[in-house]
Amino acid sequence: MNDSLQGGHESAEHQSSTALSPLTDPGLPPHVYRRADTEPRAAKKAERQVAILFILSAVSTIAFVASFVGIRKDAFIFIPLFGSTQAQQLALGMTLALSLFLIGAGAVHWAKTLMPDHEVIQERHELRSSDEDRQGVIEVFREGAEAAGLGRRSLIKRSLLGSIGLISLTPILLLRDLGPLPGKQLETTNWEAGRRLVTDPDRKPLKASDLQVGAVAHILPEMPEGSELTLNDMVKDPVILVRLRPEDFNLPTDRKDWVHEGIIAFSKICSHMGCAVGLYEQQTHHLLCPCHQSTFDVETGAQVIFGPSARALPQLAITIDSEGYLIAKQGFMEPVGPSFWERSS
Amino acid sequence: MKKILRHRRHPIAHFLVLGIALLAIGFGYTLLSPSNAAVATNARSQAVEEGRQIFLKGCSSCHGINAEGASDVPTLLGVGAASVDFQVGTGRMPLANTGVQAMRKKPVYNAEETAALAAYVASLSPGPAIPNAAQLNYERDGNIAEGGQLFRTNCAMCHNYAGQGGALTQGKYAPSLMGVEVKQIYEAMLTGPQSMPVFGDRAISPQQKLSMIKFLKGIEAEKGQGGFSLGKVGPVTEGLVAWVLGLGLLIGVSVWLGAKSK
Repeated sequence: MNDSLQGGHESAEHQSSTALSPLTDPGLPPHVYRRADTEPRAAKKAERQVAILFILSAVSTIAFVASFVGIRKDAFIFIPLFGSTQAQQLALGMTLALSLFLIGAGAVHWAKTLMPDHEVIQERHELRSSDEDRQGVIEVFREGAEAAGLGRRSLIKRSLLGSIGLISLTPILLLRDLGPLPGKQLETTNWEAGRRLVTDPDRKPLKASDLQVGAVAHILPEMPEGSELTLNDMVKDPVILVRLRPEDFNLPTDRKDWVHEGIIAFSKICSHMGCAVGLYEQQTHHLLCPCHQSTFDVETGAQVIFGPSARALPQLAITIDSEGYLIAKQGFMEPVGPSFWERSS
Repeated sequence: MKKILRHRRHPIAHFLVLGIALLAIGFGYTLLSPSNAAVATNARSQAVEEGRQIFLKGCSSCHGINAEGASDVPTLLGVGAASVDFQVGTGRMPLANTGVQAMRKKPVYNAEETAALAAYVASLSPGPAIPNAAQLNYERDGNIAEGGQLFRTNCAMCHNYAGQGGALTQGKYAPSLMGVEVKQIYEAMLTGPQSMPVFGDRAISPQQKLSMIKFLKGIEAEKGQGGFSLGKVGPVTEGLVAWVLGLGLLIGVSVWLGAKSK
């Protein structure tokens, strides 16, 4: 309390010192009279304009009511550039907007042309309360504390402190919900040796002959009887399957047999931020991520050729089973999707 | 008659009867049964020949005399009639200029000439045929919910979830699917024109294709329930209009509020 009082004195001294500075108040520029102030005809005209704005607003409101009552709900009108739209909704929106806007416009025009516009100085009073008021507040507070008897009733004081202390610990318990740590979840998918590739969304197994050169298929792992893909699986497991001519590939030697008759499979989860890399350009053999335009070259094993992604899309080695359906030769050999702290590479 | 029958034991009589019978069967056959087929074959080969003439004049300078293609020009062997019908029917071929992508424009050839070209290219090497009207009855065979699911998985990343089209790399783009003929949508899936991948009948069945078409036609027929759809492309245009038009209007109003009246 004392500190703030002293601070108040200091700032008051500060203010008086600036008032003594050599800069003089330039004052206000001379007042410019409007035409409506000097010419009665101009004032009359402005009055009419304001009235016209208000009357137009009223007309628009009546049109609003009329379109609510009069326009059929199933009537559609065609507006060039915008297409076919429901007539009643359009009319209601336009008329109501117009009537609100015109009231505002009329009021502003009225204030600007006819209401007094002389520059007026409003002096500010001092922000600091008077000494009696300040003393009064302190008095009230002390009386209240005395009436509650906090100093005398120590049982209440201690139990209150105890309950407040305990309640303040609850957020620490809730912090537990930040965990548990993901463990191996970021590094594993449902892909494993022998798992069939099925189409999304109709879960149909594919044979190599089902895909022509230039074809693309969006793939999920076939789940064993009784288990379903969870939402967490759906953000890790999707695979994109592309068929090229076998001679188009320029793959690393250790991955040459990960391809089956020109059919190659990559994780569909972008290695940058985890969007679905779904845009395949058949002529250039490029896969494009729609989020940040990372572009991957299928011929070289989805190496990054453009964009912010730091590494190639993980490739899934595929082959066929005894019935000729496409299956995974093994799981992904690296974690799919974007980088995370514990990622080994 | 009796005079003839008198010679029935003659050594050459049964040869003669046999000869007359064979001739009768032969003439009868040519006169009756295969006459239609002969005419049809004739008409088809005529269309192929007509198509060959158009091809030599209009297409062979790029695609080669035998449609074999060149370094930057695809071969037409095995593309099938469906591909020709799509590319020529939508005016994408013949190419107006060598840009990154052939654009849709007014077709250069009429329906008859397009059919002849398609017949000629199909005669070179087998490929997907033009779907007929019975195969395109999407109202009967399509399922709009299934179509929506398939569309979002297979098409939406390029063509936008409402079929409005979208950008690809280096100036290429996936065109809007609004107002495109059913046959052309079907042919595009079947043949994979330009940047678009192929969705063959064994990966996406004809019925599934019709479901997607039914979904697209459903979107197309949808009317705006008031307000402007702004191309139905989502937050990009909406944001643009709100920031440029909406804020522009607000700035204009505040300038008017602040300006001194004269």
